[in-house]
Amino acid sequence: MTNAVDKSKVPWWVSNLIVPLVNLVLALLVSALFIFIAGENPIKAVKLIIYGSFGYLDGFAYTLYYTTNFVFTGLAFAVAFHCRLFNIGGEGQAYIGGLGVFLVAINVSFLPVPIVWLLAIAGAVVFGAAWAFIPAYLQAKRGSHVVITTIMFNFIASSLMVFLLVDVIRDMKQMGPHTVALPKEIWFPTFKEFAALFGIKIRYSPLNISFLLAIAASFFVWFLVWKTKWGYEMRAVGHNTQAAIYAGISPYKNIIIAMCISGGLAGLLGINEILGVHHKIVAGFPAGYGFTGIAVALMGRNHPIGIFPAAFLFGILYQGGSEVTFDMPNITRYMFVAVQGVIILFSGALENLFRPQIESFFVNRLNRKVSV
Amino acid sequence: MVSPILELKNINKSFGHVQANKNINLKINQGTIHGIIGENGAGKSTLMSIVYGLYQADSGTISVSGKEIKLKSPRDSIESGIGMVHQHFMLVENFTVLENIVLGFEGEFVFGEKLKKAKQDLKNLCDTYKLNIDLESVISDLSVGFRQRVEILKSLYRGAEIFILDEPTGVLTPQEVDELFKILRSLKEEGKTIVLITHKLNEIMDLTSEVSVMRQGEVVGHTKTSDTNKEKLAEMMVGRSVLLRLNKEDAKLGDVVFKVENLTVKDDLDVTRVKNVSFEIRSGEILGLAGVTGNGQTELLEALSGIRKVESGNIYLNDEKVSDKENLLDPRKLKEKGLAHVPEDRQRMGLVTNFKAYENLIFGYHDQEPYSKSSILRDSDIITYSKKVMEEYDVRPRSPQLITSNFSGGNQQKIILSRELNESPKILLVGQPTRGVDIGAIEFIHQRLIDMRDKGAAILLVSVELDEVLSLSDRILVMFDGNIVGERINKDVTDRELGLLMAGVA
Repeated sequence: MTNAVDKSKVPWWVSNLIVPLVNLVLALLVSALFIFIAGENPIKAVKLIIYGSFGYLDGFAYTLYYTTNFVFTGLAFAVAFHCRLFNIGGEGQAYIGGLGVFLVAINVSFLPVPIVWLLAIAGAVVFGAAWAFIPAYLQAKRGSHVVITTIMFNFIASSLMVFLLVDVIRDMKQMGPHTVALPKEIWFPTFKEFAALFGIKIRYSPLNISFLLAIAASFFVWFLVWKTKWGYEMRAVGHNTQAAIYAGISPYKNIIIAMCISGGLAGLLGINEILGVHHKIVAGFPAGYGFTGIAVALMGRNHPIGIFPAAFLFGILYQGGSEVTFDMPNITRYMFVAVQGVIILFSGALENLFRPQIESFFVNRLNRKVSV
Repeated sequence: MVSPILELKNINKSFGHVQANKNINLKINQGTIHGIIGENGAGKSTLMSIVYGLYQADSGTISVSGKEIKLKSPRDSIESGIGMVHQHFMLVENFTVLENIVLGFEGEFVFGEKLKKAKQDLKNLCDTYKLNIDLESVISDLSVGFRQRVEILKSLYRGAEIFILDEPTGVLTPQEVDELFKILRSLKEEGKTIVLITHKLNEIMDLTSEVSVMRQGEVVGHTKTSDTNKEKLAEMMVGRSVLLRLNKEDAKLGDVVFKVENLTVKDDLDVTRVKNVSFEIRSGEILGLAGVTGNGQTELLEALSGIRKVESGNIYLNDEKVSDKENLLDPRKLKEKGLAHVPEDRQRMGLVTNFKAYENLIFGYHDQEPYSKSSILRDSDIITYSKKVMEEYDVRPRSPQLITSNFSGGNQQKIILSRELNESPKILLVGQPTRGVDIGAIEFIHQRLIDMRDKGAAILLVSVELDEVLSLSDRILVMFDGNIVGERINKDVTDRELGLLMAGVA
């Protein structure tokens, strides 16, 4: 029997900063090994990643664009998780959320632009939430586990969207599975236009004002989870369902609320992608952001303050990674999927692998300092 | 002089900022029953967990028969002859007694001759100590008292010379307690040493020859039991003089405010646990519900507070029917109607242990003003309020921001009580209000309940502590196997009589 670490002695920064950091470093070391085996120099790869994601303005803007998506999906996962619901359906909810954005925006595009935007945001949230509602209802009333149902709903969403994009809402003037473009007036302003104000010329940038929406969403989640009675009730259900029932807090209601808010946040990804980047629905636009959001949330310990940097880190990997695949022929795009996988493995599944050792190390050291 | 069989020197152990044991020195002589008494959170259980190898001391030494030993795990302490009978038994329910004892001890599978020998050894032990256990019976068929004996037998078989019993009587009927004490005395006569941890003064006076008193992590006194009395011990435990008898005037009974009619309730496994139970409570009355754990009291309380579905029968609150088969009334609506509930199992039900203390202090009332306004929690008001009630109920430490699981059991209980009593309920359902709570706090909690009664509340007190039921209640019901098997007016009843009712004998 190992002598368990006394949790109350562990300083917050050890469990919230050092442990994730150690896990991250380990993941990067293993990734470096991959790169080495693939026949490239890991140090050179790191340099490329840093250059690609920070080294020049276009690259940095890309990093922030990816960060935006990860913030949305990370927050989505975190909200559900506070109610102990493992929402793997962010991908599908984002996809359907995007449908909401497009359908609303195209139908109200005659209204003043800010109102169109607000309605489109509402569309994203409502559609994403609706897609999460069904698994939530099944979990709350029938006990069907959300992990299973949300995975299935990802597939259903994907098939449904393919059907719609091929047969119903496709731009019939061409053959690709995408819709017509939204009118130019209602597109989100991009970083390119912003930079132009300062006389800086950028060829193209997907970064747009959705980034500000991501910041706002982070504040919203923090406020919701810790400052409102809904968040309080969700957390109570998540931590101790029995006690929640005793206190007259309905688990059913809260499971549904948490999942719908989660789905709504995932839906916001559609805002970034459709109002900000593609300006139409393109088949497969959620591109795995929904899944990566799980890792982002786990790494960020389900708190907006953690999720934001975690999302930024994944943004760096995405952007820097594409730079590496461009410069190093032996490193394919899939290699970076593997790197992400390793990070998810270490910061998610193996999160507690080194926690006891690290915590007891610091506890012992700090004790020694005190007693000296 | 013979060296003591167990000697602790300068044991220190701290958890976080809390020093659970401070410089403990303790000598326990062979062939004695040594009592360790102290309030909850005094560090008794921590100390014994150190002796049993579950925790390791920060500093200090432990010697058995004069030889210093290093305890890294319970295995080491078993090898040194220390056996522990836990509050919660560590037995495999669907195995026989024999299987439970042999399992995991021999270090190999036990078959044939070996098993026969083991069985013979165990039989001899049973005879020597009059344990009266059938080795072939399955644990789940045994009563709590017998399970405890199985634990004792297990320790004996593993060669224990020192037996540590942690609050052994908490779950027993008075008759079972008598039986246990007989066994402990016969162990002593055979030269074994017993360390009895308890907060019950009667047990100390009955059984022990020496007693050590702990308070706030320190041993504050050693004495021969014959040189002391209950009042002195209580004073030492609490650090001030304590009222052991409650000052209670006769109840001033009002109208019937709570009525239960032919109530039947099933548990989660669809077993009927409450069978056609009826009773009523008047305002200004404390109705005690006595019974051994697991005879339907838990399910009854849950049904009355709206948590568990009622199978049949009715519940009336001020003549208003609040629950019937179709209508599961939700706990929050009952709260609004003036019913408060202190649940039996605080960790499972009464608290969210990962919440901060202030979050738990408003649990169930969190959507009421002033704690929240337009669904937004008013943290500063909640914390101000929390500080006030923590002061009033002497919750230690007084830090509303601390995560609840870091509070001791007794203080967690105070958090629940302060929350439920503070709303001045008309009807109060209380389950095990002082389980795991120290003497000083028990006095306080009991006085609060009496005050509530005197202010006109109707109180249903469910407790397995007979003393508690006897000292608080105006009227007592006894529950056995889901039925009310007896009703007594408190003045006219003895604990013997109740004990027989509780055992389903009378």
